[in-house]
Amino acid sequence: MTVRFTLNGRDVSFEGSGAQRLLDVIREDLRHTGTKEGCGEGECGACSVLIDGELVDSCLVAVGQVERCQVVTVEGLQSPLQQAFIEHGAAQCGICTPGMLLAAHVLLQHSERPSAADVREALAGNLCRCTGYTKIIEAVLSCAT
Amino acid sequence: MRDVTYLRPKDLTDAVQLYRTTPGCRPIAGGTDLMVMLHARTLRPAPRAVLDLWSLPELKGVRRVDGMVEIGAAEPYTGIMRSADAQRHLPALVAAARTIGAAQIQNRGTLGGNLANASPAGDTLPVLLACDAVVVTDRRSIAIDRFFTGYRQTALQPDELITAVRFPLDRQVLFRKVGTRAAQAISKVVIAVCRQPARVAIGSVAEIPLRASRAEAALAGGDLAGAVTAVAADIRPIDDVRSTAAYRLAVTQNVLAELLHA
Amino acid sequence: MSAKRRKFLLLNMVTAVGRSVPRRDGAAKVTGEARYIDDLVVAGAWYGKTIRSTIPRGTIRSIVLDPAFDWGGSRVVLVTADDIPGENVVHLIRDDQPVLAPRGGEIRHKEEPILLLAAADRSTLEEAAGHIRIEYVAQEPVFDPAHASEVYTTIEIRKGEDVEGVKGVEVVVERSFTVGLQEQLYIEPQGAIASPNSDGGITVIGSLQCPYYVQRALKRALQLTDQQAVVIQAETGGGFGGKEEYPSIVAIHAALLARKAGRPIRLIYDRHEDLAATTKRHPGVITHRTGVKKDGTLLFQDIDILLDGGAYCTLTPVVLSRAAIHASGPYSCPNVRIRARAVATNTPPNGAFRGFGAPQSLFAAELMVEHVAERLGMATVDLRRKWMLRLGDTTATGQKLTESVGSELVLDAALKAVSPVSPVSPSRPSIRRGRGLSLVFHGSGFTGSGEKKLSGTVAMEALADGTFQILTASTEIGQGTKTIFCQLAADALGVTIDRVRVAPQDTSIVPDSGPTVASRTAMIVGRLVQEAALEIKARLQKEKASLPLRVEKSYIQPDSLQWDETTYRGDAYPVYAWACTIADVDIDMTTGAVRVTDLVTAVDCGKALHPVMAEGQIEGGCLQAVGWATIEEIKMKDGGYQNDRLATYLIPTALDAPHIRTILVEDPYSRGPFGAKGIGELPMDGPAPAIIAAIHDATGVWLDEVPATPEKVLAALSGKRS
Repeated sequence: MTVRFTLNGRDVSFEGSGAQRLLDVIREDLRHTGTKEGCGEGECGACSVLIDGELVDSCLVAVGQVERCQVVTVEGLQSPLQQAFIEHGAAQCGICTPGMLLAAHVLLQHSERPSAADVREALAGNLCRCTGYTKIIEAVLSCAT
Repeated sequence: MRDVTYLRPKDLTDAVQLYRTTPGCRPIAGGTDLMVMLHARTLRPAPRAVLDLWSLPELKGVRRVDGMVEIGAAEPYTGIMRSADAQRHLPALVAAARTIGAAQIQNRGTLGGNLANASPAGDTLPVLLACDAVVVTDRRSIAIDRFFTGYRQTALQPDELITAVRFPLDRQVLFRKVGTRAAQAISKVVIAVCRQPARVAIGSVAEIPLRASRAEAALAGGDLAGAVTAVAADIRPIDDVRSTAAYRLAVTQNVLAELLHA
Repeated sequence: MSAKRRKFLLLNMVTAVGRSVPRRDGAAKVTGEARYIDDLVVAGAWYGKTIRSTIPRGTIRSIVLDPAFDWGGSRVVLVTADDIPGENVVHLIRDDQPVLAPRGGEIRHKEEPILLLAAADRSTLEEAAGHIRIEYVAQEPVFDPAHASEVYTTIEIRKGEDVEGVKGVEVVVERSFTVGLQEQLYIEPQGAIASPNSDGGITVIGSLQCPYYVQRALKRALQLTDQQAVVIQAETGGGFGGKEEYPSIVAIHAALLARKAGRPIRLIYDRHEDLAATTKRHPGVITHRTGVKKDGTLLFQDIDILLDGGAYCTLTPVVLSRAAIHASGPYSCPNVRIRARAVATNTPPNGAFRGFGAPQSLFAAELMVEHVAERLGMATVDLRRKWMLRLGDTTATGQKLTESVGSELVLDAALKAVSPVSPVSPSRPSIRRGRGLSLVFHGSGFTGSGEKKLSGTVAMEALADGTFQILTASTEIGQGTKTIFCQLAADALGVTIDRVRVAPQDTSIVPDSGPTVASRTAMIVGRLVQEAALEIKARLQKEKASLPLRVEKSYIQPDSLQWDETTYRGDAYPVYAWACTIADVDIDMTTGAVRVTDLVTAVDCGKALHPVMAEGQIEGGCLQAVGWATIEEIKMKDGGYQNDRLATYLIPTALDAPHIRTILVEDPYSRGPFGAKGIGELPMDGPAPAIIAAIHDATGVWLDEVPATPEKVLAALSGKRS
């Protein structure tokens, strides 16, 4: 089948089984490798992307399900969060960073002045093993208006 | 997954028809359980097709129907958490939804999926049991206490689709989940309790999410301490990778005592 | 001072070191441009897979390939031990671990590699794997280290008199402590891509910490020369020791497949395989017997350490060494006996993990202080002050501490940073709150003569365009190597940091600076970077040197450092870093759940070269330790890990993580660059004992064990009630 959707604002199409993982289509067919696979079962959040503005684990989405949807990956993100992550030391090894940025971005879209507790809850689906989360939380809070 | 056919029905009628006529077909909604199993190839028999129910408008939404709250089978937990009706009438369900995974899972996980997957650890299922919820399918209504028939087995017929879940209004239900961590955790014990009528529903302590009948009898008689004692005979906990039978028993009793102030 | 001279000084003071400059790899990591191993597209590459044993112990009777499947080389490539051109050995300390178990050969653990497969696509690969049957002759496995017959290594450290004959002892306290397995859980699983070269050699790109470890292993197993075995580090998504020695196996496997297939091979583990098959932190039992006077005077420590090495030796002797040397804790004791041994069991091999034995033995040492203080009715902080190593004191190995001893500084700093424990809200009647403290030290750099033997080398080049290049095998795994080296070089050269860069970690380009392990990169290799930069600067100033100009610097052990490997006497480490950690916990008496709410840690790092990255390292290490202490449990079944998925091996999320506050204390070390000491591993040492002490403070029960799962806490609480 053909699945048509937008990836970071550009029209894209995929030919194949709609049962394939959105993650694999993004990474292997569309060659956007900013989205990472950490576990393949929705536990780590490294494969987080936005579908119509909602945060999802792309390893759990069948590509057929994004027909006519807007999919955004880290490559399509333009946010002050990115600079803040660098300045605050929120990215170390960097493998969780793309998913973490998208989770933080969604939070800031919905909440103007999140508390540290709000940030923790918003990022709870994204595992980081390097930072202890402290610097990530600081970086996100620094971008709250 | 390349060898699995993806089916996108036009509407619910089409979905019912496709499900009936396609061999080896598994429904998919948010995919939070099914996609993991598809990828790991652990489903037996291996599915040949998936039927996508995610975008069917008939299966979405939270609404008031016939003096009940009806939640579409494919409405994600996030929608339930945001719904004013759910917040007002089903705070325990909202609380349960909030404990499921984290944002990514809440944005995709659904009541229909939690029911069809029928895991004994399904976080919403004790709430459904404590509420005497009704599972609505394409052809009938099934009382929740008759829905779970065995380990990951349900009363659904092979070609039957869950379309919605209905809840009576204003049932006072308390909910508590005990997991290993604050988010992204599968429950070790998950409990929903209602005083009137007496309902004690527990997950992760047997092969199915169950109603604790002895505890309920004691509770109905106003014997709170008796309910806490009796629940030990209602559950059949095991040792597994997540916890131990001894812990599950102790925590079931402790949490029940806490919820009942016994 | 003239105005002109003051201006000159100011200019020179605009330095990089000590400032939190933007990290070098930051921009690529926040845009998704950074390329990790699985992101690399290699034309014509096939997918590789490892076929592993399903039994913990036995021999391989036969390998049966289903004749109904087309095993032709155009469809699949199969590698057995017979295809190994060199020695069937994963080169490390001992030669006990085979690359692939040979036909008829011994199986020593579950998930032991037996065969390798490759195919053009994943479904063919899976299909082929389903047509292989391996038949075994099973043998009785050994899982209990206490009953193990094979001992990898033993260590004995003695100081002062025989502990059995110490006079004046008024109180003896004896306790045993148990520590569990732990997975490193880098978020990027292991992986390598191997490509055959035209000269008969192999190039391996991988997610790894130690390019030259991998190169040596490749050379030996594939019979390659230095030039033929090229190892390149891809951007690496975390290591924590887990990518110290294990990547050698992944690389050899990928290389064997690539050699046989004559094409590039991607061998990238999924999370399940990574959890099931790769190394873990050594579990163990540590027993202490401590003799004191009633006033708390420490008279003897008698310590026994047993670590489970698993089925192959890997780095176990070195892990045991670090465990033994740190076993007495950061305390000055006149009479010490430490007897340590590591044994073989039929479980997957344990290996390197941040802390490298020290978290295990320091856990016991720190709780022992608590137990002795409790017996004597003393405050634990007072007892620590009485015992702690200070300038001029000698450690258990007889090392006299002559500089940069931050023990008291960190203790004072941590205590000053916390306010009294706040009461629990009455709305949460099931919660008990408590606080615990620990004091730890951690040797920076390799143990004993390690650095001397290794003689790590870095090179620096001044290029014609006015820029400078650092050539080192030290890898960036998130901890900030690339940034810190550029800071050190820029300041030594007196140039702005944008004129300095780090060459790729490619064995065909960079010299062997030693592995990126052992809290050695900033302190040992960083010092070499600084020295190389100073020499470049001097030569550029002195001579009109023609560019490019290259200098190399190798580590030279100062004569003042003396170490006797046979007696374990002398200077075990060039210097130690120190940390005091205070943990606040809430215990839910209903569920036994332990929630670490606040963590304060004061760390003497000598000099914070990059304060934000130093804090980040410390905070990440602390949370890894919180996980080990609370929820990261591994249950065994038939010699395999039951927690072999991320749904069952749980690490803390942002909601579980305590608020962590880091206090950087700087007691400079004269031979560290700008005074810096290594701190990569230190933060793994302190939190676990502090948390167990806090649980005791909250509930009155001692666990003496990690992880302190709710199951164990609740059982301990009910034991106390009955």
